[in-house]
Amino acid sequence: MKSEKRAKPKIGVFKFASCDGCQLTLLDAEEDLLAVAQAVEIAYFPEASRRMRKGPFDIALVEGSITTHHDAQRIHQIRRASKLLVTIGACATSGGIQALRNWQDAGEMARVVYARPSYISTLKLSTPIAEHVEVDYELRGCPIQKGQLLELLSALLAGRKPNVPTYSVCVECKRRGSVCVMVAQGIPCLGPVTQAGCGAICPAYNRGCYGCFGPMESPNTTALSDHFRILGQTPTQIQHAWRGMNAWAWEFRKASEEVKVP
Amino acid sequence: MRASSPPREGVLPRSRLSALFQALQEWGYEIIGPQIRDQAIVYDVLDRAEDLAAGYREEHAPGRYRLTPRAQQKVFASTASIHAWKRFLYPPEIKLYQISLNSSQAQIESLATPVRKRAFLGVRPCDLHAIAVQDRIFTGGVYRDPYYEANRAATLLIAVNCDEPGATCFCGSMGSGPSATHGFDLLLTEILEPEHRFLIESGSAAGEAILSRLPVTPPQEEDRTAAQDLHRQACQKFQRFVDTNELRELMYAQAESEHWEKVARRCFACANCTQVCPTCFCVNFEDSSDVSGATAQRWRRWDSCFHLSFSYIHGGSVRTSVGARYRQWITHKLASWWDQFGTSGCVGCGRCVTWCPAAIDITAEAKALGTLTRSERAHAST
Repeated sequence: MKSEKRAKPKIGVFKFASCDGCQLTLLDAEEDLLAVAQAVEIAYFPEASRRMRKGPFDIALVEGSITTHHDAQRIHQIRRASKLLVTIGACATSGGIQALRNWQDAGEMARVVYARPSYISTLKLSTPIAEHVEVDYELRGCPIQKGQLLELLSALLAGRKPNVPTYSVCVECKRRGSVCVMVAQGIPCLGPVTQAGCGAICPAYNRGCYGCFGPMESPNTTALSDHFRILGQTPTQIQHAWRGMNAWAWEFRKASEEVKVP
Repeated sequence: MRASSPPREGVLPRSRLSALFQALQEWGYEIIGPQIRDQAIVYDVLDRAEDLAAGYREEHAPGRYRLTPRAQQKVFASTASIHAWKRFLYPPEIKLYQISLNSSQAQIESLATPVRKRAFLGVRPCDLHAIAVQDRIFTGGVYRDPYYEANRAATLLIAVNCDEPGATCFCGSMGSGPSATHGFDLLLTEILEPEHRFLIESGSAAGEAILSRLPVTPPQEEDRTAAQDLHRQACQKFQRFVDTNELRELMYAQAESEHWEKVARRCFACANCTQVCPTCFCVNFEDSSDVSGATAQRWRRWDSCFHLSFSYIHGGSVRTSVGARYRQWITHKLASWWDQFGTSGCVGCGRCVTWCPAAIDITAEAKALGTLTRSERAHAST
C-alpha cells in the first residue's frame, strides 16, 4: 500500500460557562501534550494560543455549560463546523456548579450581586451541551482526568473504542486498596453512585466522594439518600450532597428534589 | 533417627515472634500481614513483628466496621481483612504486554509482573479455602493462568486459626473454618493464657524448614488442650449461618423470583462485594494505544458481574436490571460454582457483608430465597 501523507486532524477547544480547569488539563498534560501536538493540529485553543484558525474541525472539545442566548447560538455553529463533538467536564456534561441557580430566580440573583444588573443578559437555566446539540462523546469530571482525555483522543485518532468506564468509583477505590470511608468511619460518600474516572482520590485521603464524575451507569440514589439518613445526615445535608458539581445531572437532580427539606 | 528429622510442631513464645520474621527474611521472603491503615486492619508488607496490628478489636456488622483498641495484646485479632489476599496473587490490574511499531516491524514486549517470594502471615482458614478455590480455577484445569501460577508458587502460607469469628463471619456453615486442617505451610494457634504463645504446626516441607529455624519447644498437653478449647469456643461464637442443605437447588428454583427486585431497591451495583470477595475472579482485558499510534498495550483489570458492560454483547447488555446482576452473583457463589468448579464459591469470610455500603447480607438473602422455595414447595404439595 502506498503511504499517504494525510493532513493532521484539526482540533478546536471551545469554552462556555466554566472555570477553564478542564482545558487546563490538556495544557497540564506536559510531555503528552507534545505528543498530542504532533498527532493533531491544535487549530483553535484561545486558552493556549492567540493563533486561532477557522473550522471545520475534526474534533471539537467543548468545555462549559450554556447560560446565555449568545452561547446557545454559538454551540450550534461549533456543532456545524465539527465532525466529532466531545464535551469535557461537569459543566459541559451536566450544567456544572453554576446550575445551582436553576433552583433560584436568576434575575433576582443578578439584582443582588451586580451593581448594574441591566448589563447582565442570562438564561434562566445553566444547561449541559447535550441539551442543545448532539454530542458524540462525553468526558466527566471536575475537572476531567488527564489520562481519560488522552485515552479518548488516542482512541478517536486510532478509530477504536475508548476505554472510559461507567461503573462506580468504588471499583477504583478497591483497586487502589483504600479502606471504605463510609463503612469504616461512617463518612457519607457518593462513591457507590458516582462514575469512576478520578482514581478514587478523595476516599484515599479520608474524605467521602463528592460526585465530581456524575452519576454512574445505574445509580441507586434513593438507597444512598436513605443510607445517608442512617449515618445521621440531615435532609439539608443530603440535598447539598446531591447538589454539587453535577447538581443538574438528571439522577442527582431527581435525588436532590426527592429529599424532603423541612 | 527420629531426633534429627525436622519438627512438625512447636511452641513459640510471643516474645520470640520476631524470630519467625528473621527466619522468613533470611530465606528471602517479603512478609505480608495484618497491620493498621486508615482505621482498619489491612494486609500489606511488614518489616518487623512490632508492626503487626496487636491490641485491637474489630466490630463487624452489615455495612459497618469499626476498629477499637483493647487492653489484650492479641496479635492476630482481625477476621478476614477488607482486601483479600487475591490482590497479591491476582493483582487488580496488570499490564500484560506492549506492542511497539518501529518502521514497519511490530515488536511485542511481554510485561509479566516480576514474581516475589512472599510469605502471607495471618491467613485465616476461610481465606486458605478461598486460595484453594482460586488455585483450582487458575491452575487446576486445561487453561492455566501463568501469572497467578507464578505468584502462587512463590508464596508461603502461614495460617492462623480463628478463635474470635466476627459478627459477619459464617465459615462454620461453609465448612471452611474456624480452624484450618490443610492447605497451609505453617499453622499458628495463638494462646494467650497463662503465657502468650503460639502453637505452630507445619503442613509442608517449606513449613518444616522454617519451623526448624525457630526457637520452639515441643508442645505439651496443656498447649494442645488450650488450642482445642479455643476451637470449641470459636465454634460457639458464630452469629451468622447459611443452611447449605440443598442450597444449590433452592437458589436455582428462585431464578424468576420477585425477590431480586426487592434486593435491587437496596443494591447500588457498586461492585464492592465482588471486589472484596476472595474467590471472585472476573477480569476485563483492555487494549489501548497512545496518541502517536506507535505503541499499544493490553491491560488486565478486575471486572465485576455488577457492571453493565460486563454482560455487553452485540446489541446491548444482557443483565440490565440490578436485580438480574445480584441474582447472577449470588447464584454463582452459592449454586452454579458447584456445577462449574465442584466447590462452593463462597467460603463464609463475611467480607461482602461488612463491606457492602448498602448492608446487604448474603446469609440473609440466601435464607430468604431458601424460605421462598420451601414455602412454594409446601404450597405445591398441598
